[in-house]
Amino acid sequence: MKVPIEVTVNGRQYRHEVEPRLLLVDYLRDTLDLTGAKIGCDTSQCGSCTVEMNGTAMKSCTCLAVQADGSTITTIEGLAVDGLHPIQEAFWNKHGLQCGFCTPGMIMAAKELLRNNPSPSPDEVRHGLEGNICRCTGYTNIVKAVQEAAAVMGGAS
Amino acid sequence: MYAAQIDYHRACSLQEAIALLQEHEGAKIIAGGHSLIPLLRFRLSDASSLIDIGRLDELKGISRSNGCVSIGALTTHAELASSDVLKDACPIIPEAAAVIGDPQVRNRGTVGGNLAHADPGSDLPTVLVALGAEFRVAGPSGDRLVAAADFFQGLMSTALGNDDVLTSVEVPAAQAGQGMAYAKYIHPASRYAVVGAAAVLTASGDTCSAARVAVGGLTPSATRAPSVECSLTGNGLGEKAQAEAASQVANDLGDDLLGDISASAGYRLKMAEVYVGRAVAAAAARTA
Repeated sequence: MKVPIEVTVNGRQYRHEVEPRLLLVDYLRDTLDLTGAKIGCDTSQCGSCTVEMNGTAMKSCTCLAVQADGSTITTIEGLAVDGLHPIQEAFWNKHGLQCGFCTPGMIMAAKELLRNNPSPSPDEVRHGLEGNICRCTGYTNIVKAVQEAAAVMGGAS
Repeated sequence: MYAAQIDYHRACSLQEAIALLQEHEGAKIIAGGHSLIPLLRFRLSDASSLIDIGRLDELKGISRSNGCVSIGALTTHAELASSDVLKDACPIIPEAAAVIGDPQVRNRGTVGGNLAHADPGSDLPTVLVALGAEFRVAGPSGDRLVAAADFFQGLMSTALGNDDVLTSVEVPAAQAGQGMAYAKYIHPASRYAVVGAAAVLTASGDTCSAARVAVGGLTPSATRAPSVECSLTGNGLGEKAQAEAASQVANDLGDDLLGDISASAGYRLKMAEVYVGRAVAAAAARTA
């Protein structure tokens, strides 16, 4: 049994027939070739598969592609429009990554964090990124990067 | 890991969802999917088809009337955590919802899915048992209300029948003199409760006139703590009385305690006393 779905990803419309068991992250990576969202823990803990669906951050490893039918999705590939997004720029400037595997998820989660709290304290950044794990333990620079992005994007900190 | 092959049906109404459940034996309801999808992927569920109720507007929203708050089953944990109605009428629910999972999980996970899944490490069952909430269940022969304490029937088992859909949760709004709090020992990786304790206390003057306390995380399902409640009721709410009451909790939890590699049953039992103490202390401070 295949089910037709229609999604808008990074501003582009796609139509496919998918198996109900296909996960959104596999659809993005294997069908659309958008490999920015990573498969890390595979159990909705590490956050490396984080994308934005209908305006909020979510873990695409714990959503079926059929559930995403009709939705608007932004992946890390959709962030850079005219040059890098300020959060990407800040992760670069502050070296908010080591191996880089968690980075797309961190940036997508940071984007939601800054939307809800435009000038977070270091503690609020750490809580806001609770759903994302960096196994290089590069958290200190990640927090600095998010705070720099907040400042550039107009927050107070 | 991939889930096994499965059929998918999207319901356009609650009635259609119930009809689809009757039509497809072994079907499971899916909404946010944050409890069910991991089960499917680990092949711990043998569901043959999914009935998607995620788009049913009739199951969404939080409303208050006649001293009662009705929470639609599709309400997400993020919506619970930020609800002004709940912050005013039943602040323990936003307090607990804010420590479920992480921000991404709270954006997708729903109240109904969380309760129907009945994971022992879940937060809302503990809170709703303490509140004396009722769950509205729709089935082929109509609606019924099930008390939270009767809904949870053991490890991941509930009063839901095969063709039933949990549609809303009804909670009594807080009354004057009531203070409520949830205290959670959070598992650092899974973010489930190693131990969770909920206390709903009513004070008249310096005396605790009523107490409802529930514990989760270390029992197969959320459990009332009558010995703790008894010890609190009719007494003052000073530190000594709080500690004395919390020390009773072992009497209420039975012998079937859960433990795992990260926290043994014995350790969790010790922590239950600590976290019941914290929930009671925070609730007592809020009765003023």
